[in-house]
Amino acid sequence: MAAHEAHAHHDAHGHHHHEEGFISKYVFSQDHKMIGKQFLMTAVFMGIVAMLLSIMFRIQLAWPGEGSDFLSFFLGDKWAPKGVLSESMYLGLVTIHGTIMVFFLLTGGLSGTFSNLLIPLQLGARDMASGFLNMISYWLFLLSSVIMLCSLFIETGPASSGWTVYPPLSALPQAIEGSGQGMTMWLASMSIFIASSLLGSLNYIVTIFNLRTKGMKMTRMPLTIWAFFVTAVLGVLSFPVLLSAALLLMMDRLAGTSFYLSDIIVGSEMLENHGGSPLLYQHLFWFLGHPEVYIVLLPALGLSSEIISTNSRKPIFGYRAMIGSILAIGFLSFIVWGHHMFITGMNPFIGSVFVFTTLLIAIPSAVKVFNYITTIWRGSNIYTPAMLFSIGLVSTFITGGVTGIILADSALDIAVHDTYFVVAHFHIVMGMSAVFGMFAGVYHWFPKMYGRMLNTRLGYAHFWITIVGAYGVFFPMHFVGLAGAPRRYYDYSVYNEFNTESFDMMLDLNVIITFFAILAALGQLLFLFNFFYSIFRGPKAIQNPWKSNTLEWTTPVEHIHGNWPGAIPEVHRWPYDYSKPGAEDDFIPQNVPLMEGEEEH
Amino acid sequence: MSRLIVLIVIVLGVLAIAQLVRLYELSSKLRDRREEDITNRDNKLNAGLLLAFMVFMFGGFIWLMLAYGWTGRGDAASVSGAQTDWLLNLNFWIIIIVFFLTNGLLFGFAFKYVRKPGVKAYYFPHDNRLELIWTVVPAIVLAIIIILGLKSWNEQTDEPGKEAIRVELFSKQFGWTVRMSGEDNTLGFFDYKLTNENNPLALMTAATIQNAIDSMENGMSGIKALERKLNDRTIMLIPEERDLMVTDLDRKERLIRLLYQMKVRHNSKLDVQAMDDVTFTEGDTLYLCKNQEYEFNFRAKDVIHSAYFPHFRAQMNTVPGQTTRFKFTPSVTTDEMRDKMNNQKFNYILMCNKICGTSHYKMKLMVVVLEPKDYEVWSLKTSYTDSKAHQKRLAKILKRTPTPKEREDWLKASKTFKNVYQVGKPVEAPAAAGTTDSIPADGAAMPIDSLPKA
Ligand code: HEM
Ligand SMILES: [Cu+2]
Ligand SMILES: [Cu+2]
Repeated sequence: MAAHEAHAHHDAHGHHHHEEGFISKYVFSQDHKMIGKQFLMTAVFMGIVAMLLSIMFRIQLAWPGEGSDFLSFFLGDKWAPKGVLSESMYLGLVTIHGTIMVFFLLTGGLSGTFSNLLIPLQLGARDMASGFLNMISYWLFLLSSVIMLCSLFIETGPASSGWTVYPPLSALPQAIEGSGQGMTMWLASMSIFIASSLLGSLNYIVTIFNLRTKGMKMTRMPLTIWAFFVTAVLGVLSFPVLLSAALLLMMDRLAGTSFYLSDIIVGSEMLENHGGSPLLYQHLFWFLGHPEVYIVLLPALGLSSEIISTNSRKPIFGYRAMIGSILAIGFLSFIVWGHHMFITGMNPFIGSVFVFTTLLIAIPSAVKVFNYITTIWRGSNIYTPAMLFSIGLVSTFITGGVTGIILADSALDIAVHDTYFVVAHFHIVMGMSAVFGMFAGVYHWFPKMYGRMLNTRLGYAHFWITIVGAYGVFFPMHFVGLAGAPRRYYDYSVYNEFNTESFDMMLDLNVIITFFAILAALGQLLFLFNFFYSIFRGPKAIQNPWKSNTLEWTTPVEHIHGNWPGAIPEVHRWPYDYSKPGAEDDFIPQNVPLMEGEEEH
Repeated sequence: MSRLIVLIVIVLGVLAIAQLVRLYELSSKLRDRREEDITNRDNKLNAGLLLAFMVFMFGGFIWLMLAYGWTGRGDAASVSGAQTDWLLNLNFWIIIIVFFLTNGLLFGFAFKYVRKPGVKAYYFPHDNRLELIWTVVPAIVLAIIIILGLKSWNEQTDEPGKEAIRVELFSKQFGWTVRMSGEDNTLGFFDYKLTNENNPLALMTAATIQNAIDSMENGMSGIKALERKLNDRTIMLIPEERDLMVTDLDRKERLIRLLYQMKVRHNSKLDVQAMDDVTFTEGDTLYLCKNQEYEFNFRAKDVIHSAYFPHFRAQMNTVPGQTTRFKFTPSVTTDEMRDKMNNQKFNYILMCNKICGTSHYKMKLMVVVLEPKDYEVWSLKTSYTDSKAHQKRLAKILKRTPTPKEREDWLKASKTFKNVYQVGKPVEAPAAAGTTDSIPADGAAMPIDSLPKA
């Protein structure tokens, strides 16, 4: 046994001795559990920054032109003279907020944390296929985060052309200041981020294919792993396309090429570029951009499947249908990108094809929702904070999903495209669902990560404030959008010139929205406190606190290299044998052999 | 000062929470309760809160619906817009039903099936019939949505009818310019290389090509001037400046070669198409006629913009290097809409709806829809006085004007139009495409001042 452990250890750390130093344990760690925690810490930090940015521009939207101490405190005289946010910084904040939230918090943070933590643990592997590449993946992620943050502080301001950075605006510093050095840093940061994401994803895929323990057939894998798997495949297939989009943009900016530029006069300068197409960029961007939505969402759905099943003490309903819908969503997500481009001048016939494929996605999504609801039905539901967040996720997934049906319908999209209706839609279905999934994951697996428990009551308070805040922010936003308010507007003074009633209505709603946004942001302090306090002082966790079936709960509370002190457990059943008739307990871990005469589900 | 107070409040808040947590932990320890054991009381409380939240959510939604209306932008003001609204409402009914139903089930079950001591969960791993139902039912509903949606989409993106008036909307940071296609209803050709102060929309005629060549060769910072400066030994240039000038010169030499090619290939028979076009000043109101179909051609000078007409439910991006098109038929005049909305200050508008720079939010154009009769008057004012169309319009108006006195006013006014419109027409390039001034903002030259103004 001891020999075995030494051997496992040897595998992970080929070159050095038993006692690890601080550096190799906490900094340049190759252990998947530590890397997962590093991703989480970085993501929490990035999330706080992005949230602060959103509060700053929300203040401007609710009280346009009024000075605020909060803004002058953070932005100083240059970007917020007299405490009033400047026009260019407004766009910079919106851009960096979106970029961080989508890529750094919900792609890097969510996948990075939980894929790393759970893939080896739930599959029964000693570590990732390549600990070294995994480590590189984290360090690239950190580097790209640092570059993105630094771009907020440079003289000409951060990238300001929206998180989608459409050229020509993003290619021409003459058109907007942020397209100078800020944009260069944005592109550099994203390129590194993509490298990080690719290394991570390849590692996840290889691990899932090769390092499953004995008996862990693909059809016995927890849905979390299925979700991480499809997410990684989506990432591997689509991120390189974004990379090429970014490189071509870089060349248009630096090398005088004309991939995206044609017939442009900016200011009074006549550019020579001819023959490029801005639409090319949009096609490339959204070829990643749409799968990206699911890269963000699927891990959250995977985590909540696991959590809902465990806490309802019931098998997840329709396990195979759930796998099927994850695969279907993954496949379809590659052929719907054009729904972002209905009114860009793309051929209308191609538009109608995208209407069809997009609305098809609603079917597997509906299947997932109904399966969740049926899982809760006649369960014995236990409301841990993780379970509450998972239910919140199902709710936001529904609420945000249904408005997608409007947006996918090109005839209707004409009327609401690029308005706040879209902002409300994607925040609920992607932002809130994924954030809820992430919180659910943190509450559920905190004992596995830190060996301690989070405070449940604070978790409750955090959940209730967050969900009330989330709906309070994004419900009214639909109505701002239906009133025709374009997004990325510094203020709505233009409404004064044609319809003062609409103007008043929007201002009312914007005040409500900002109120709830601040409430929600303050609610996150409860989480932060709980999180950091519990890491150091939380009550010690037991091995399987939630009475769960999956393999991670068979590892000891204290982290060790190689995860299991002895042999890796063997798997004999699917992970959802909760409340199985004839069994004594209401859960049967995957490593328990079938009883005499027991049928696999 | 206030900063200090905020800081103190935050610190105190954190300390207070820390103390509460401590207290809570001690009491848990006393009662031997572990964090993962959720008491029945907590469970019930949260189940109740879930139900309460559902009520809050549904209530909030209904309140917003009643208070802030179906849409805050009023009834649709175009023929296709009315259809869009009909379809939008239908889709909304469907999704609102789904929203209430599924959220209701979710929170309802969550409330009802909270853990009860002694009750075991029902082992229910799958059921093919149920799963079939909720695959097929959404599929059917979606099929209906797709069919209706595509029907409307095809109608809206189809070729416009023969009668449609062609209008160009030219976008740049941060304004819109209108070009009407004139008598022949054909927009003349353009090439961005021809842009200069006299020809802001870069229309292509033999004259404008020559004009562009001249100004690129002999203009203020034209090729000759640059060469002179670079070769003049008496002028001291710092190296960076010299480099910039050399680059500029190279670029201009390449561009002028293209202009010469253009000149050779140019077919001046087509010049009339451009010459009868009426180009307005940037920012001039767009006047449309009720029940007249329009085909808008969109161009962008610098970056992508988007022409968003919220009231007509119409939108199309404008893309540098590419012409995009969209059509609609206004169906409600500005006056009618003002009465309908009971707001005499209401106006139609065209907003930019694709982020295009710092002043993106100010990039707009006012839009006015007139009765056909009023539109005639406006057209008269904005057509070249020596054109046939002008004469025809004048005759038509004179015919329906009853009193000789008014007729005389019209005739007199019509003569003055010429002067109004010749102002600002480039003298150096007499054959240049028709740049005209706009209708004076206050409508001073109008014989009748009944036209609604934006
Ligand atoms: C505190 C919570 C949040 C608030 C109050 C908030 C608010 C906003 C607002 C007002 C905008 C500007 C919309 C516009 O002008 O176009 C925006 C943009 C955006 N937000 Fe958030 N947001 C929050 C959280 C999130 C989360 C969790 C995500 C993750 C998906 C997210 C992703 C984005 C994206 C992608 C954009 C678009 C940026 C762009 O237009 O380039 N936000 N947010
Ligand atoms: Cu999409
Ligand atoms: Cu614009």
